[in-house]
Amino acid sequence: MKTIAQFAIGYEQMLDATGRACGELPSFANDAETMQRMYSTMLLCRLFDTKAINLQRTGRLGTYAPCTGQEATHVGVGAAMRAEDVLCPVYREYGTQIWRGVTLTEILTYWAGDERGTHFSGPREDFPWCVPIGSQTPHAAGVAMAFKVRQQPRCAVAYIGDGGTSQGAFHEAVNLAGAQRLPVVFVIVNNGWAISVPAAEQTAAQTYAQKGLGNGVPGVQVDGNDVIAVRKVMEDALARARAGEGPTVVEAVTYRLSDHTTADDATRYRPAGELEAAWQIEPLLRTKGYLEQRGWWDEAREAQLRAQCAVQIDTAVQGYQNRPAASTDDMFDHLFARPPAALQEQKRIARQYGADASH
Amino acid sequence: MPRVTLVEGINLALARALADDPDVVLIGEDIGVNGGVFRATDGLQKRFGKLRVQDTPLAEGLIAGMSVGMAAQGLKVVAEIQFMGFLYPALDQIANHMARLRNRTRGRLTCPVVIRMPHGGGIHAPEHHSESLEVLLCHHAGLRVVCPSSPARAYGLLLAAIRDPDPVMFLEPTRLYRLAKQDVLDDGQALPLDQATILREGDDVTIVTWGAMVHDSMRAADLLMQEKISCEVIDLSSLSPVDHDTILESVSHTGRLVIVHEAARHAGLGAEIAATVAEKALYDLLAPVVRVTGYDTVMPYFAQERAYIPGVARIADAVRQTLQG
Repeated sequence: MKTIAQFAIGYEQMLDATGRACGELPSFANDAETMQRMYSTMLLCRLFDTKAINLQRTGRLGTYAPCTGQEATHVGVGAAMRAEDVLCPVYREYGTQIWRGVTLTEILTYWAGDERGTHFSGPREDFPWCVPIGSQTPHAAGVAMAFKVRQQPRCAVAYIGDGGTSQGAFHEAVNLAGAQRLPVVFVIVNNGWAISVPAAEQTAAQTYAQKGLGNGVPGVQVDGNDVIAVRKVMEDALARARAGEGPTVVEAVTYRLSDHTTADDATRYRPAGELEAAWQIEPLLRTKGYLEQRGWWDEAREAQLRAQCAVQIDTAVQGYQNRPAASTDDMFDHLFARPPAALQEQKRIARQYGADASH
Repeated sequence: MPRVTLVEGINLALARALADDPDVVLIGEDIGVNGGVFRATDGLQKRFGKLRVQDTPLAEGLIAGMSVGMAAQGLKVVAEIQFMGFLYPALDQIANHMARLRNRTRGRLTCPVVIRMPHGGGIHAPEHHSESLEVLLCHHAGLRVVCPSSPARAYGLLLAAIRDPDPVMFLEPTRLYRLAKQDVLDDGQALPLDQATILREGDDVTIVTWGAMVHDSMRAADLLMQEKISCEVIDLSSLSPVDHDTILESVSHTGRLVIVHEAARHAGLGAEIAATVAEKALYDLLAPVVRVTGYDTVMPYFAQERAYIPGVARIADAVRQTLQG
């Protein structure tokens, strides 16, 4: 039998676990300010995550999905995107969202069970968090279709997890994007675990990146703890998309250093030692190491940044805790531009009874 | 004024919307060069191009999901699901996203989408091609559900649906696609959403119905007139929201109510209408409410579909039943 098609999956890594360059660095990696900003956002995410988990543990926040361990992927993707691009996130990619202007107060408001948190003041066209797994990927393909119809040089980016790639919606979206050469990048964040199911049990595929290939879409794998490599791979994929050359599937290999959510207990299923090993290759250590080796960072700057982040987080928490109370009217007022008359009676009843304390 | 069938009325409305508004985009399976399996989009791709009238890959969940993304960017998407039995894969996107996007972003992103789909049986179609699943849609807040009963109403209601800033599920009765022709003025005039319409005034019994069952109900009303029974026939048109006021007003006049729908009885829309009449107009009733519906069975393959779909005899008997002392 002759071979009629062949495929390969590339792997990109530019920093080793200590932050030493192990590949040719892109030009942005030589810019101190750019790299400092990326590291600063990563650290802000880490510290914010700790705060949010504490708020949940002390009854001041609902169930929260942490991002610890995945900051390089999230910030690398955010830094590669343009402001006019559109993000379709899952629910823990705060690094990308913060880079794009979503506020910490908005993130907390959302996880407090309050839809007002999705009324982003910054990236007005970005999608809100998406809970039904995989269902955000067709949205990104649709957004990209709108860009194509209107001939706008913009791109959509969809996140999805390793478990999410088992959903049909993911394959349907990638397939459409390939068939129509849509300006979209699908970022698979392979963090090792889909709640309790390890990546190895999710699929027989050697990589998640190759899940694009069956749909005619190129895939590339990147070290998701290497913020320089992630940004570079994303910049290349976005440039390709913007030039009309079609979509890319990017697999960022990282690790969920946290529980799935604050309602989860990963000790029930994660083998001993795995977490400790993952902490040895975590992304902040590596990025800070790179900055230090370039002479762009020291302990004094680190202390100063941590103090700044603490103030920023405290201010955000105050803004979140002092937000105006929600009204029962909110349930009714945003369903339709022109709400049907029949809703008015129920709105009145909800107003009359409010939240029932007898539950 | 052209005399057109219902499917031609839909085609006229789609062409009008595409011509009037550059943001209108049609998507669906086989809607391009083939013009749709019922020919609702016949000739539109040739006239408006492949980006405005797009053939999609064969995946209903994708059609609904990409509609959400396109609509969030401000395009007015008119998507076709080839038959209502193939709606199920799209329900995740419709219920979880399309119906909710405005609410969950507090109006920052919206979903001006129309999903058109053939509704009901009676055309000898293959299995899974004849379903009446309106309650699956009516149960979800954030959606409007519309079902026309004639070429002119299809034209006007479809234009209204496309111009509405929120998602509208547009159910097209397959049995009516080519049943009759009607004069339809292609003047771009939309009909109002959210309103039932009284097709025939009467004094003795109110019949509430929609879609293809409107025709059987009108024929039953003709038949009953020979027995001096005067029926008021309401075409519900808007299945969500339901125009209860029009029904209640009619029942207060006639004192009797028969609800006719092709969909199964259990948890059908007829139950919602009967319950509302019981809550708000029980003392106007001179007889118990009667429902004439499809059975609580699987919609049968076509050899039995005429036994399943309510006909004139069942409707007329139900009306007579409300008049028996």
